[in-house]
Amino acid sequence: MHTVDARGYACPQPVVMTKKAIEKHGLPLTVLVDEKAPLENVSRFAANSGHKVSHKDLGGGEYEITIE
Amino acid sequence: MEKSKPHLLVILTGLVVGAAAVLLTAMGNPGNMGFCIACFIRDIAGGVKMHTAPVVQYVRPEIIGIVIGAMAMAMIGGEFKVRGGSAPVSRFVLGFFVMVGALMFLGCPLRMVIRLGGGDGNAVFGLLGFVAGVWVGTVFLNKGFTFKRAYDLPTLEGYALPAINVVLFIFLLMGAGVAASNAAAAKAAADAGLEAPEAAKTLLAFSLKGPGSLHAPILVALIAGLVVGALAQKSRLCMAGGIRDTIMLKDLHLLWGFLAIFAAVLVGNLVLGKFKPGFEGQPVAFNTLVSGNMIWAFLGMLLVGFASILLGGCPLRQLVLAGSGSSDATVAVLGMTVGAAFCHNFGFASSGDGTTANGHIAVIVGIVVTLIIAFANCAKVDD
Repeated sequence: MHTVDARGYACPQPVVMTKKAIEKHGLPLTVLVDEKAPLENVSRFAANSGHKVSHKDLGGGEYEITIE
Repeated sequence: MEKSKPHLLVILTGLVVGAAAVLLTAMGNPGNMGFCIACFIRDIAGGVKMHTAPVVQYVRPEIIGIVIGAMAMAMIGGEFKVRGGSAPVSRFVLGFFVMVGALMFLGCPLRMVIRLGGGDGNAVFGLLGFVAGVWVGTVFLNKGFTFKRAYDLPTLEGYALPAINVVLFIFLLMGAGVAASNAAAAKAAADAGLEAPEAAKTLLAFSLKGPGSLHAPILVALIAGLVVGALAQKSRLCMAGGIRDTIMLKDLHLLWGFLAIFAAVLVGNLVLGKFKPGFEGQPVAFNTLVSGNMIWAFLGMLLVGFASILLGGCPLRQLVLAGSGSSDATVAVLGMTVGAAFCHNFGFASSGDGTTANGHIAVIVGIVVTLIIAFANCAKVDD
């Protein structure tokens, strides 16, 4: 499963990176973010695209999003 | 994250921003200028005498409120994160040119929406230019534009801009009483057809005439800013983001906020009888509808849209991010402030009478520089 490390990136980079990764590597995909705004944006993008999305709180403000 | 009503918060934020804008103008702010991030930062630059254009000098509490309100909401939500180091000087330059473009059009994207809600037809040209600029930005985003990641910084770094704003507010309060009596004396003299008496000195500059002299009571302006800053932080409201996400992802989430602002301003103006549709004689806007004004309103906002996309948000969003601990956004705001000073020191800024030749050059230079920054930072997105 491919992982996108979007930690430290400000919007809209996390969503753009996710979009490109899905196009290039397909699903399932893991996305790492470290702020709530990218968590919301990536999750909303994935859901709007018709994918199943869930996330895990890794602590320290980091989240692991899984899109399948 | 609310899945059942995902747009509720951003729509509510838009409605509150719009209503607050109408209220602030009703209580003394210039026409169609309940909020204008660009104009207000320019007014603050004047207040601290970075420029000395006498009609636009006043430390606007709205800006102070937005920064502090955003900081408070970020802290409450555990979202106050101090980080930076993502191409700060490039961001400073982009902030500078966002201001150049905004002062060419006579408004930031938020004021553009407020002007539209007030019936100012000139703002349509600005909107077209803004959309065009955002579109150009998305082309580069798709080509892999990125300023690379930001890194955690010491917490004190994130307190700097809020602290500066608090200090400005203290000096505003200290001088406000004297400034008010100066203004009253000037008005009384003008009414009696006499020359204004010499104004008593204040540390900060306070305009006695023009848009800088028009302002709502300090406390009202501050509270409006605090509320808007807090809601905008939580909802991620952003004019540039709304158009960007619609173009790139067909995601209208942020656009709803944009539309809510317009709706609230429109309704508020209609209720108060201040809706004035037309192109000529609009408050703090171009007085006449000539092709030059249309073209430069378009180009000015094109620059604003394009540069805002590279920065990651419109001026309001930069202010909110700065309050939330982003050193990168703070640098962009500082760039805007210096840009405003340059605009008035070198005659880039427009006025009701129209645009200036220096301003035209500045906008073209801005578009070229923004293109250079965009091309230079297109890394192949390696995934």
